Amino acid sequence: MPTHSFKLNGKQITVEAEDDVRLLWVLRDLLGVTGPKYGCGIGVCQACTSHVNGKAVNICSVPVSRIGPDDEVVTIEGLPATVGRDLHPMQEAWLEYDVAQCGYCQPGQIMSAVAKVRRVRSEGRDITDADLDELRNICRCGTYARIRDAIKSAAEKM
Amino acid sequence: MEHDDRSPDEPDGGLRRRRFLGYLVTAPTLAVAVQWARDPAAAEIPPPPQPEEIFDVGDLVRLASAPTSGLVAVRVHEDGTASFAVPRAEVGQGITTTVAMLIAEELDLPLDRVAVTLSDARPELLFNQFTGGSTSVRSLYTPVRTAAAIARRRLVETAARAWNVNPSKLTTRNGEVLDGNRRAGYGSLAKAAAVTRTTQVSATLKDPSEFTVVGRPAGRVDALAAVTGRKTFAMDLNVPDALPAMVRRPPTIDGTVDAVRNAAAVKAMPGITDVAVLKHGVAVRGRTFGQCIDALRALDVTWRPGPVAGESDGTVLATLRKAVPRPSAPPPFSESIDAEFTFMFASNSPLEPDVAVADVRAGRAEVWASLKVPGDAQSEIAKRLGLPVGAVKVHVVEGGGSFGRRLHPDAAVEAAEISRRMGKPVKLSWSRTDSVRQGRAHPMCVSRVRASYRGGNVLAYEQRHVSTETSFSHGFGDMVTTNAAKLPLVGNPTVAQAFFLLSQSSPYHFGTTRQTLTEIPMKFRTGSMRNVYSPNVVCARELVVDRLAAAMGKDPVGFRREFLKHAKLRDVLDKAAFEGGWGRRLPAGVAQGVAVASEYRAACAVLVELDCRPETVNRRVERGVTGPRVTRALVVVDAGLPINPRGLEAQMIGGLNDGIAMALTASLHIKDGVPLEGSWDNYFYTRQWNTPPETRVIVMPPASDEPGGAGELAVAPSLAAVACAYGRATGTMPTTFPINHATLGFEPFPLQPSTPQSPTDGLDRAF
Repeated sequence: MPTHSFKLNGKQITVEAEDDVRLLWVLRDLLGVTGPKYGCGIGVCQACTSHVNGKAVNICSVPVSRIGPDDEVVTIEGLPATVGRDLHPMQEAWLEYDVAQCGYCQPGQIMSAVAKVRRVRSEGRDITDADLDELRNICRCGTYARIRDAIKSAAEKM
Repeated sequence: MEHDDRSPDEPDGGLRRRRFLGYLVTAPTLAVAVQWARDPAAAEIPPPPQPEEIFDVGDLVRLASAPTSGLVAVRVHEDGTASFAVPRAEVGQGITTTVAMLIAEELDLPLDRVAVTLSDARPELLFNQFTGGSTSVRSLYTPVRTAAAIARRRLVETAARAWNVNPSKLTTRNGEVLDGNRRAGYGSLAKAAAVTRTTQVSATLKDPSEFTVVGRPAGRVDALAAVTGRKTFAMDLNVPDALPAMVRRPPTIDGTVDAVRNAAAVKAMPGITDVAVLKHGVAVRGRTFGQCIDALRALDVTWRPGPVAGESDGTVLATLRKAVPRPSAPPPFSESIDAEFTFMFASNSPLEPDVAVADVRAGRAEVWASLKVPGDAQSEIAKRLGLPVGAVKVHVVEGGGSFGRRLHPDAAVEAAEISRRMGKPVKLSWSRTDSVRQGRAHPMCVSRVRASYRGGNVLAYEQRHVSTETSFSHGFGDMVTTNAAKLPLVGNPTVAQAFFLLSQSSPYHFGTTRQTLTEIPMKFRTGSMRNVYSPNVVCARELVVDRLAAAMGKDPVGFRREFLKHAKLRDVLDKAAFEGGWGRRLPAGVAQGVAVASEYRAACAVLVELDCRPETVNRRVERGVTGPRVTRALVVVDAGLPINPRGLEAQMIGGLNDGIAMALTASLHIKDGVPLEGSWDNYFYTRQWNTPPETRVIVMPPASDEPGGAGELAVAPSLAAVACAYGRATGTMPTTFPINHATLGFEPFPLQPSTPQSPTDGLDRAF
């Protein structure tokens, strides 16, 4: 069976898997990293959103063979370490606004939100309602209002 | 009849200072169980105009739960924490936080030292292990507080004995018993406070005026776990050897397997360990879920059609319409408004699909899943496997949403069956497409309304609600039939009719009022969806209320004020109208809508502004549905005593987004016996581009000493308010919901293979 090596949450790891197994299942089923969630497996719900080289990616739609030894994969578990803290400012905002209800979509929401704010920041702008409208992550509990408030608040602290 | 905030057996202030009984039970450290002696139905109940007003679904659950309240216990441990295994499901509604707050309050213990877990299925609890109908807080409020109050009292007595002082001199604070400068932590007393023989004791509950935790906003107890990815759902469990399993499913609802032609070849695919043929599908088990998807897609299966294979939207609707009872003749010299509304099938899919872990061995079974009626799952699994109930262990896991789905043990029973057939543990997940196409749906229904008026009076209101059959869980059905004699219902109603009568009542003085339910038996897989009837019944009613107001030349808010029976509803309506700026000037094509609803001893008003201008309606979002947008939303709620106003507010925000989806975008299109929808980009639940940029919730100050139910409360008035706003913005009253149902806004996935393959372009779509 092919071997794959990449950086996961700051550590270089190696895993055996068929080339076409999607990264989500390599992380969840083979490596026991369960923060990224399965909500559709077809790149729609965004519950599996993680960062690959700093960008938000639906890892249900990435064959593990597309990830190489130099690629850095960060899941919700590794997000705080990217800023050298116990919690990322986005997670703190999530707590401050008590965003989560069932919590299932929230790791993906947070990872998307961080990438969105970074992108807007790189364009030298503040986050707007139009930016927030572009987020595709489903929250079936309907926590959208608090998600919007939390992202706006965290954007000021990131 | 004026609505009374208190339940009928509570004379003014009756609950204040009442003493409650409980037991100190034998355990290594302090453990308290409660007995709940009150029988809510024992009191004299005046003959009601409509049953729901005096005895509703929550009362039914309370009545059914009362005899077994004594079997649930609060424990105090040597580390100074308290714990309680709540016999309910946590699916995002916040019951674990609420219960922790009740214990913290009566025990004088910081909230973060109270651990609330979910109880395994316990058949001896009978009806006290049912989560649904917004009933949990109401049925647990007094028993849980009683147990905690008794524990506190026992800790005080234990310290008093040790210090040889009168217990009445001692106080408690922050998890300690205090006597001047002397203090003892609860942990140090927990062992000495334990008893060796079960002892009956009583305690006095705090007066609500003394509350310091209850009624104050608190963050969820599981919030940190949720935002760090540590919160554990069924799919995250690590049960030894429980490898992923998925099922290839039929092209029609509940179709059956005719033949499988290549089981051996599929079993030989990479990572696959087992293939098992079931009645309604073919299961595969493998090293990863991804390989299960490959395998189920590779299966060569022929199918027999399911029981509704001949049905489509149009045929179901025609059947429903034919069954609508003829309206009564209007009163003499009155004018009538007649209207008929259609609500299409809708999916109650939560974001976490149907998942269960099962380990079935000779003579025993163990199952893990999010279950709102775990006793039902336990008996169904026992029946399916031919095991005694006691040989089936059912663990309740935190659920990633429910909205009615987890009332039914479909995945748990199926996982048990697959595990038995394979002889190995399995972690079963339905695919998203399975969850939408083969999972539970809210039934299609038609509501026909006739309202008759003369001069300034409404003389008669008749609403004939006709629905395809709703499956209630066995747990709820048993609750109705076992307590039938105690329900204030005439005749011998079916379970569905009982639920309808116990949950629906018109809040308006509309003269002779008649609301009926007709159910059409059709073998769709149905269930509730954050309520069963209210959203549809209330939406139809509120649209007709707007028509009545217009016909009588009155303002919609003024008209509602005039005809509402209950002060509580008038108060939330007034608040919404004032705070929401009712009547403020808006551009042409943008309009306000307002609606009210009352149930579960709670009242709610919603005011929205809906933008129906072409530039908004026609805005483009790739693979998304746009249409009219709610730009501002205000929800005003009176839920009696709000135990956690912050959690209550969260439930209102969720209910609002559900109502918006039901009004504008979310439905199933049934074609030849199966929904065409297969993903979240087909089934259009509210997304960020649909949700109001401005949302506000106002929680009314406590109007009562007891909490009402609120998990579903906001859905109905939100749906209705958006519908009313649409009517005012466009000049046309909407009659089919959601309003975009006529347009199929997506290309359906093929029906076979039943689960689409995962894309490979994730990196190309990175942002």
